[in-house]
Amino acid sequence: MATKQNNTETKKISKNEKNDNSHANAWKKVEIARNPNRKTALDYIEVIFDEFIELHGDRLFKDDKSTVCGLASMDGQNYTIIAQQKGRNTKENIQRNFGMPNPESYRKAIRLMKQAEKFNRPIVTFVDTKGAYPGIGAEERGQGEAIAKSMFEMAKITVPIIVVVIGEGSSGGALAITIGNKIIMLENAIYSILSPEGYASIVWKDSSRAKEAAEVMKITAKDLYDFKIVDKIIKEDKDFKDIASKLKSEIKKELKELEKLTPKELVEQRYEKFRNIGEYEVYSKS
Amino acid sequence: MIVDKIKKRDNKSIIKKDNKVDIPEGKWIKCDKCKEIIYKEVLKANNGICPACNHYFRMNCENRIESIADKGSFKKFNLNIDTVNPLKMEDYKNKLESFREKTNMDEAVQCGTCKINGIETVLCVMDSNFFMGSMGSVVGEKITYSIEKAISLKLPIIIFSCSGGARMQEGIISLMQMAKVTEALTKLDKSGNLYISVLTDPTYGGVTASFASLGDIILAEPNAMIGFAGKRVIEQTIGEKLPEGFQTSEFMLEHGFVDKIVERNFMKETLYDLLKLNGYKKSK
Repeated sequence: MATKQNNTETKKISKNEKNDNSHANAWKKVEIARNPNRKTALDYIEVIFDEFIELHGDRLFKDDKSTVCGLASMDGQNYTIIAQQKGRNTKENIQRNFGMPNPESYRKAIRLMKQAEKFNRPIVTFVDTKGAYPGIGAEERGQGEAIAKSMFEMAKITVPIIVVVIGEGSSGGALAITIGNKIIMLENAIYSILSPEGYASIVWKDSSRAKEAAEVMKITAKDLYDFKIVDKIIKEDKDFKDIASKLKSEIKKELKELEKLTPKELVEQRYEKFRNIGEYEVYSKS
Repeated sequence: MIVDKIKKRDNKSIIKKDNKVDIPEGKWIKCDKCKEIIYKEVLKANNGICPACNHYFRMNCENRIESIADKGSFKKFNLNIDTVNPLKMEDYKNKLESFREKTNMDEAVQCGTCKINGIETVLCVMDSNFFMGSMGSVVGEKITYSIEKAISLKLPIIIFSCSGGARMQEGIISLMQMAKVTEALTKLDKSGNLYISVLTDPTYGGVTASFASLGDIILAEPNAMIGFAGKRVIEQTIGEKLPEGFQTSEFMLEHGFVDKIVERNFMKETLYDLLKLNGYKKSK
């Protein structure tokens, strides 16, 4: 059922592609990225990796199910997986808090990324969240600190980190696991400072202008590629099997490149990648 | 052309306002909290604290620096960068200009070196009067640069946060500044220089979720609003009113995210003591 609907989704996409100038269709991409039938992290993990064992818990408070972590292997290479996971049905969505992480998600991610470093395994993260959960408990347990610390620890990791943005990547909740050496983004995924609704509400005090916001925010894979944030876009012109297979070979290709770097160089490459992001004018002293 | 604009702005900033407290015209001001009418000079002399009810007015950059740095010791970094409009947002440039007119600042943070009772340090101060203290490319770059300066000059760094978070008008580029500053902080961490983060009212969003939460020592002013998600967003999400005292400094202290709440009038002395106890000495 889900596969069938996904096919129609894909068809719709390829139709858009023909008269697409990528920028004018940002809202369409928002709709595709949010489509409840869009493939989730676990769908990709099942297809791409030969084996996957989930590991639970942050060892501090609880296991937050909006992020799935574990060990996986692909063609003889082991990986640590950190994946933001939306539910595939209502029941799952309730369990997974609609893919909106609480602080424990980030602390679980930190724990397992450090373990990956200890055992010299590369890390693959899957980004798919409309944001970190805004709740009382989340604030009590330091949502801001958890996100900050996740980025901080990720920046220091000495093994290759490959980030894959598969659906919605929104705000600090997504950024927390985006500090990678390479960032791959699916063609119809989006990545933004905030949801278009939230953006319209803050900038224009009118959340109903979300579509307009999506167009100006520059949130598509192409936009992020142009800003040199995303390194590679995976086309979604065929079915899921094709996307997954392209993603698989891309991960392998990127890892092969990153393996040439020493642990120190990996940290430095990641530093340079983020250090150079910023748009401003330099003027000469008068 | 940009140079001309900056020149113009600099000339303007030479003409200092006689009243530096960031409050409306006139000699008197009403306290937001106790509604007491206060003489502005009295308020300023008391570091922007209401003498009647102890309510903290938000402090602008200039007054903050004056209250922390030894007289005349603040030296602004010469970082000549100007905000651009990466999303080509209508009105962004106009808004920036109006904040510049209003505040005499060019962006939402001031960075430089100063002395605190003789101990040299890097100091960054954010100002909520400028675009709600939001972090776009220039704020991100200035703070990153300051962290790198602290490393190269072997100095501690103190950052006063006061911000609504990442600046919407620069979209994803603003969000990425969180990553950039955090990356720089990993280098500072490795270099062994002290970072003191001071949270003031308000500290939210992308600032809380990056450098503000990463200090070796985290201080907060009393009663400041500090959090990740805004109150309204949380209320809308959970469908209920938030408890009294939620997301205040005291709440943060209780939940273990702040080392110490420090009264504004004791902030300088506390910073001095912390620098001293971390082994920093007066420079000759």
